Amino acid sequence: MAEKIGRVPVREQDPKVRARNFEEVCYGYNEQEALLEASRCLNCRNPRCVQHCPVGIQIPAFIAQVKAGAFAEAAAVIARDSSLPAVCGRVCPQETQCEGSCILGVKGEPVAIGKLERFVADWSRANGGVPVEKAPANGKKVAVVGSGPSGLACASDLAKLGYDVTIFEVLHKAGGVLQYGIPEFRLPKERVVEPEIDSVRALGVKIETNVVVGRTLTVDDLLDREGFQAVFVGSGAGLPRFMGIPGESLNGVFSANEFLTRSNLMRAFDPASDTPIFVGKRVAVVGGGNVAMDAARTALRLGSEVTIVYRRTEKELPARAEEVHHAREEGIEFRMLTNPVEILGDENGWVRALRCIQMELGEPDASGRRSPIPVAGSEFDIPADEVIMALGTSPNPLISSTTKGLETERHGCIVADESGATSRPGVFAGGDAVTGAATVILAMGAGRRAAAAIDAYLRK
Amino acid sequence: MLTPAICLMDVEAPRIAAAAMPGQFLIVRARPEGERIPLTICNYDRSAGTVTIVTQLIGASSRLICALEEGDCFTDVVGPLGRPSDFVELPDEALRGRRYLFVAGGLGTAPVYPQAKYLHERGAKVDVIVGAKTAGLLILRQEMASVCDHLYVCTDDGSEGHHGLVTEKIKLLLEAGETYDQAVAIGPMIMMKFVTLTLRDSGIPLVVSLNTLMVDGTGMCGCCRITVGGKVRFACVEGPEFNAYEVDFDEALRRQTMYRPQEQEADHKCKIGRN
Repeated sequence: MAEKIGRVPVREQDPKVRARNFEEVCYGYNEQEALLEASRCLNCRNPRCVQHCPVGIQIPAFIAQVKAGAFAEAAAVIARDSSLPAVCGRVCPQETQCEGSCILGVKGEPVAIGKLERFVADWSRANGGVPVEKAPANGKKVAVVGSGPSGLACASDLAKLGYDVTIFEVLHKAGGVLQYGIPEFRLPKERVVEPEIDSVRALGVKIETNVVVGRTLTVDDLLDREGFQAVFVGSGAGLPRFMGIPGESLNGVFSANEFLTRSNLMRAFDPASDTPIFVGKRVAVVGGGNVAMDAARTALRLGSEVTIVYRRTEKELPARAEEVHHAREEGIEFRMLTNPVEILGDENGWVRALRCIQMELGEPDASGRRSPIPVAGSEFDIPADEVIMALGTSPNPLISSTTKGLETERHGCIVADESGATSRPGVFAGGDAVTGAATVILAMGAGRRAAAAIDAYLRK
Repeated sequence: MLTPAICLMDVEAPRIAAAAMPGQFLIVRARPEGERIPLTICNYDRSAGTVTIVTQLIGASSRLICALEEGDCFTDVVGPLGRPSDFVELPDEALRGRRYLFVAGGLGTAPVYPQAKYLHERGAKVDVIVGAKTAGLLILRQEMASVCDHLYVCTDDGSEGHHGLVTEKIKLLLEAGETYDQAVAIGPMIMMKFVTLTLRDSGIPLVVSLNTLMVDGTGMCGCCRITVGGKVRFACVEGPEFNAYEVDFDEALRRQTMYRPQEQEADHKCKIGRN
């Protein structure tokens, strides 16, 4: 019987130091820490954590292997359900999924499932990875559009089933949001993302970058000319939203997507990169999600003084709790119940301030969150020479507008059923392209379900 | 090299060559650390699987592109991007005899060429005004002459053709009684602005192709956003061609200068320690 011990804390870079570098914030567990933390798991007979994992990882089973020091076996358990464990261990919102439902969390702290997953994935990568297990080739070709989480998950499952899978990626690097969206200090590219994608390639999946499906090739070309028997569209939600307030086209106003793409995909934070990035003295980031935290913490590391402006309160912040905690530790200022109404410019058309209005919380809205209401006459200005809009994204219309018979709803999301089947036979979709912006793990879950549905469709 | 500062190259890219249409562009990266540079497609040869691009040596990144020799490879080439010109939607019969006026400034000559060629091949009447600082900077003269009915050259210094600006030549043509069904201007933003002002009261529809800053070129970042008819539009996916009379050129000109300080720094080659 395990002793009653608290959750093993994870070692992190000192906030003052990391606020000036792009190295990973969290160091993760070492073997001793992982063994100790794994010993806390009760190995429940009806594990609620598994039900709350969007890809259904056999959590108590992998933790039992960790407990026994059988790290390779632990990795093999995870690999049955997830192709990106080193990524998910770092970026999943565990507090609302597996850890949020852990029985230990009722009275104390839940098992650090995310940190254990990360430990196992990192250990496995450093020790040769999980041996590839796949069915013999069945000679059927499937195209996957987009190399983000949903596309990688779908492609992995199909490759394991024996399909000949090609992923088409529009950017010059594979990974989608893992490359362009999530910063290096939270998800290292060379050390974590690229090896994880290489493990998908090791299953036999081909990845062609620099192909714009919708322009270079259409979905119809893939089916009619390139010999694919089914297509999975996992093109994500890449279209940034703006508020529609005056001054958004001033110089110094950026979408979080632009700011983060410059820093992450183009590595503008590295002096060796040719891509420029604007470094303001005082940056205001508008929004309260993970993307807002990422943009704010990137700006801070580039040398700016950063304020996050959010129209509701701390409680409603949609970002992962860990990101908010890290952002605060690093010295980012939060202004809650504050909503921008206008961006003010100087005589040359550059940003000089963000005009905001004070908000108060009213009745709960359709989503159950209390909706913010402006307090009349409470306008005030926050001085800023850079404003970053992190208000969410919508699916890119490039594929839906160039594919005959592919239905979308009014927000531009592709209409698909639970299995990913769209209005067009042979065309499946999943992830943010269907749901609008969500999480890495939900997209992976959708990719896996679509892979099963594609397999069923092609066996008919 | 077409001129000491402008180079032309054929790039082997069969899928792009097969899909490219007039009005579209592509993005290249010259090296792994390189920027994504949008370039207009100057020509495409579907059977050879090549696209022709033209680059002007203006900064650190374009210098890398121009330094490529025959047989070298780009790190990345992606395209075709943007929407094709509206006229490709028209049936050939509708184009026959239709009168087009193209106004090309400097490097803008390159994207005008495939448009003029497309229309000329389908029997449209195409006049082209080409402007350059001086005769030595004119590009694609023979090629352009072979795909239009009249080619009018303007140079700032009078070294060839009309001595003066393209806008003056437009006025002269209209005063001489020429009429057009459609005008298209492609060149520096400031030129497109003044062509727009010149034609505003002529009643001739005018399209401009906006060479905004871009990162991904697929609608992901919004770096290229411009205001057209009071609405924010993304030039990379909704353009690059727009109704000129609705474009907020002053905003577009200002937004082009966003990274000028950084660009100048990148272009500055440190000479300390050399000889």
